Amino acid sequence: MSKVKVLVLRTPGTNCDYEMEHAFDLAGAMPVSMHINRLLDGSINLFDYRVLAVPGGFSYGDDLGAGKIAANELRIGLGDKLCRFIEEGGLAFGVCNGFQILIKTGILPGPYMTTRPQVTLTNNDSGKFECRWINLKVDPAVNCVFTKGLSRLNLPIAHGEGKIMCEENVASSLKAPLYYCDENGNTTAPYPYNPNGSFRNMAGLTDNSGRVFALMPHPERYVIRSQHPSFTAGNGQQPGEGFKIFENAVSWVKDL
Amino acid sequence: MLRVEVWLKDNLTDYRGQGLLKDITDLPVNGATTVRVADIYWLPQDTTFKNIEFLGQELFSDPVTQQFYIGKRKFQANQDFTVTNRDSVSDPSEENIKKAAKDLGVNLSNIRIGKRYVIEGKLSSRDSQNIVSRLLVNPVLNKVIMEEPSEKNTANVYQFNLVTVPLLQADEKHKAEIKKLGFNDAEFEAITDYFQNTEKRNPTDAELETLAQTWSEHCVHKTFKAEIEYEGQIIDSLFKETIYKATKDLNCDWCLSVFKDNAGVVKFTDDYAVSFKAETHNHPSAIEPYGGAATGIGGCVRDILGTGLSGKPIANTDIFCFGMPDTKYKDLPKGALHPRRIMKGVKSGVADYGNRLGIPTVNGAICFDERFAGNPLVFCGSIGLMPNWAVPMGQQNTGDKVIVIGGHTGRDGIHGVTFSSVELTDKSGEDSISAVQVGNAIVEKKVIDVLMQARDKKLFNRITDCGGGGFSSAIGEMGEETGVKVYLEQAPLKDTSLSYYEIWVSESQERMILSVPPQNVEALLALCASENVEAAVIGEFDNNKRLQLFYQGNKVADLDMGFLHGGLPRRQLKATWSKPVHTDPLLSQKNNYNEDLLTVLSAYNVCSKEWVIRQYDHEVQGGSVIKPFSGCGQGPSDSAVVRPLLDRKEAIVVANGINTKFGDIDPYWMAASCIDEAIRQVVATGGDVKRVALLDNFSWGSTDKQENLGALVRAARACHDMAVFYKTPYISGKDSLNNEFTVDGQNISIPHTLLISALGFIADSDKAVTTDLKKAGNVIYIVGVTKDEMGGSEYYRSKGYIGTAVPQVNAQLNRSIYLALNKAMEKSLIESCHDLSEGGLAVAAAEMCFAGNLGMDMDLENVITDSYIGRDDTVLFSESNGRLLVEVAPHNTEEFEKLMISKPYYPIAIVTEEPYLTINNMHGQEIIKLANAEMKEAWQRTLRW
Repeated sequence: MSKVKVLVLRTPGTNCDYEMEHAFDLAGAMPVSMHINRLLDGSINLFDYRVLAVPGGFSYGDDLGAGKIAANELRIGLGDKLCRFIEEGGLAFGVCNGFQILIKTGILPGPYMTTRPQVTLTNNDSGKFECRWINLKVDPAVNCVFTKGLSRLNLPIAHGEGKIMCEENVASSLKAPLYYCDENGNTTAPYPYNPNGSFRNMAGLTDNSGRVFALMPHPERYVIRSQHPSFTAGNGQQPGEGFKIFENAVSWVKDL
Repeated sequence: MLRVEVWLKDNLTDYRGQGLLKDITDLPVNGATTVRVADIYWLPQDTTFKNIEFLGQELFSDPVTQQFYIGKRKFQANQDFTVTNRDSVSDPSEENIKKAAKDLGVNLSNIRIGKRYVIEGKLSSRDSQNIVSRLLVNPVLNKVIMEEPSEKNTANVYQFNLVTVPLLQADEKHKAEIKKLGFNDAEFEAITDYFQNTEKRNPTDAELETLAQTWSEHCVHKTFKAEIEYEGQIIDSLFKETIYKATKDLNCDWCLSVFKDNAGVVKFTDDYAVSFKAETHNHPSAIEPYGGAATGIGGCVRDILGTGLSGKPIANTDIFCFGMPDTKYKDLPKGALHPRRIMKGVKSGVADYGNRLGIPTVNGAICFDERFAGNPLVFCGSIGLMPNWAVPMGQQNTGDKVIVIGGHTGRDGIHGVTFSSVELTDKSGEDSISAVQVGNAIVEKKVIDVLMQARDKKLFNRITDCGGGGFSSAIGEMGEETGVKVYLEQAPLKDTSLSYYEIWVSESQERMILSVPPQNVEALLALCASENVEAAVIGEFDNNKRLQLFYQGNKVADLDMGFLHGGLPRRQLKATWSKPVHTDPLLSQKNNYNEDLLTVLSAYNVCSKEWVIRQYDHEVQGGSVIKPFSGCGQGPSDSAVVRPLLDRKEAIVVANGINTKFGDIDPYWMAASCIDEAIRQVVATGGDVKRVALLDNFSWGSTDKQENLGALVRAARACHDMAVFYKTPYISGKDSLNNEFTVDGQNISIPHTLLISALGFIADSDKAVTTDLKKAGNVIYIVGVTKDEMGGSEYYRSKGYIGTAVPQVNAQLNRSIYLALNKAMEKSLIESCHDLSEGGLAVAAAEMCFAGNLGMDMDLENVITDSYIGRDDTVLFSESNGRLLVEVAPHNTEEFEKLMISKPYYPIAIVTEEPYLTINNMHGQEIIKLANAEMKEAWQRTLRW
């Protein structure tokens, strides 16, 4: 059986493409890293891939807000295709800046192409960029291809604009498969457990289909045990706890 | 222009404003109650209302969090400031905004951005002025405006006018003017002689500028290569007799490229090598900390890109030296920025630039001393990964094209090199507007992306970076052996008013120079275009051995490469050194040292730098194995371990040694201590002591002063001796030798500062060792000899003394200890390990405890000393080198002790479940008992900003 093709999208300023490729590779997929210009100029075809992965970084230097300019490019240059790609069973996945891009295109929380986005990612409550490890709890009731079978995770964050905010009228319809929590799994724990002040401790969002998923923490940075910050004290797992997210995506496509 | 303001919605907390309010209170200025910050976009006057509204809605504001206003939002506040960039400063975001507007179908001919600060509360006009000048505006970059700005004038195009300098006819006054470019008398004579007798004409301005840049201290290290008279002997070249000699004599086969390329290169795996470079970016950081630090990172990363046929940057390190953060404004040297502001700016600059490049900042240090107040130090280091075939320096062929890729050339940074080699004054801020460079990390990131592809497609023969001196240094050096012609009007410009010589010496950031064979030019340009990277052919290499510059068909410089690179007369200098006089304190002995330990833990040089470190991404690229903090309790790590190839276990180990206080007593032992510390930290995490490469970075006061030069000689000699003993070669280095600040005729020199950066290797990163205690019941050994060496210690400093007994280094003994520890770690006998440095034994023990959330029960009785030490505080806080604390599980102690036989080691403590550090003195009396929480709080509190 041929390997699942994953398009790892690079923009000017993307910088987590190497570890994203590594994670998909480890999960048995065939990741291909491509510049956004190749999609926009038509030299590659989105429909040749089964997964669109948007890695973290600082697309266009975060000018005008994180993810904004790249999201604009995708919306204007590729909007309908992207929509069809997801409708036809493609998976879309974003991490960190990739989440910011997907949320600002409107793909998340979906449905795509509503007029004015009602959900956004904004500056951390702490007012600064923070890099550290946090605890996460999965809500098994939320339908999401990527988080199936997971319950608790330990992953690093590294962002300055990771706080989910939304208009009141959409609050109840948001689908969050992942929440920040404390060591006991309490998902109402405040800062520093909730590292950015995110709405209801949400760490990631999925759409109605469960095939579009993005999160602020970095699962691709914990797929091998020695990436865990206290592996020398016997903590951490092999493979790392983020691995399952990639494995889920790959096996979902294979099982189709 | 037309203003659009973007405000956070009124019901949301303005964190930018809150941060600023905190800074205002810190100034200290009281009375401000709230601060709000808005972003301003100015659009061209002819933009239609429909388009303004459209952009305000779609581009400038986030509908969930922000509200935009066309025109100036009305506010009732006494203090209301609009700040925008000076016309000469181009903000990189402007281009991105224009692009984004174009994507939406709106063409903006011009855009300006700015900020509006609305401050409520009762403030005197003097307070307001303070806020503006100290927090809101940096006169180098921006200004407060009262009226709406007009469009930046871009119509100003330079009209060619060749400037010839009448050097051969110059009178004394005119000669003095020319020397101001940075020439001393001998250099000036050599240049006059060359133009009189060889060229038989007067030079152009471009030629003199080229010589000034190429011959600057920054580029050729005149002092290290000078003939120095010291203690009745002649040192032919300090570099060749010390640093370089050690490397040459050691002749290690794993050193692949030393002291010739932009970075040193050593073997990593069978198929990969790593390059390492660190350098300072001091003077720009003193004046514009944010930009100076950002461009420091950018420049160091470009050294990695410009080494061999280019390497992928995989890790950065940063080391800063600042004035004391609690300096009172009235005690600050006139004209200097406050250390807090410098520190915050430098931190943000490094964080923004390093994070944006996607290079993990894995290790570093921050040192404080009041003498850094006028002249802070910013060292940036970068490590690159490259396939073996890309290691050798490239060589251009005749006919190869000179291609510049990356950033455009602008007015920024003109004269940066000569500026960084002269001392700062209280006027520097005003004088140096054009010397500050403005960086754009994303441009550099894009350059990295295309360079890696171009390298693997073998599209270029040689590469170097544009750093100090800009094109003049980069192309001038590259063309040394062949000759080169450069057509300056071909360079892409930010600013059309640049003259030919300004283009030639501009230090605009993010530019790399490639030598590309003609058949590959098209492919290279296409590759760059495919990822929005600017590239232009600006010249070609020939075989004339001359540097020839043209502007619109006019020859503007024509110099002999032999003279340019070989004509610099050697300097002849005198050096002396006499031992400074210090006294030792007479401290009464106590029966409890809890308070002393807490004081040392919270000292600026010991305390946690978490506030800074968390703002750097140290996880990006996924390779960080040992991170800046270790253990469940997140104590400090000794060195960073990075696994750049995620499918392999081989890793690099990075550490830094720096300790300026020892230099106040004796620069020789300061240098020796820095070297031991760097190596010791590599060993503490599992790095192989048989394969450690070093970088030396000297930052000194003016070496025109014989005493300073003498101190340099002593430090360099220690560098030689220790490297030979430890068998650790230097692979690259840099010096910055004019770090002084003059105000009102009074001259403040920085403390002699040597940064030693160490790069080591660990074959299996799963065996790396951290500093956190692992399990109750384990045995803690002290390894190494404790001596009565309190000089320069943090303990003495906390009492207001420097002292006299500086820690020395027994390198042979230490190396044998490190070799034994390597074996023990290889056999996984060591659970945790921490080196003893600032704060000595007590601080190291405290850090291991709170890192591991466990306690330690220690007896000082068996601490190994070289002679009887009758004082508890000396044993607790001495900073003797070559020492570590090692945790071993009971079932491994026998095997561990077997490996350590004949080395100084002894079990002195047991790990306990109770989270307390308990220390008993040699008479069995408890002299320290502290809870982890209390020690950690003391350690974290100081810099929790």
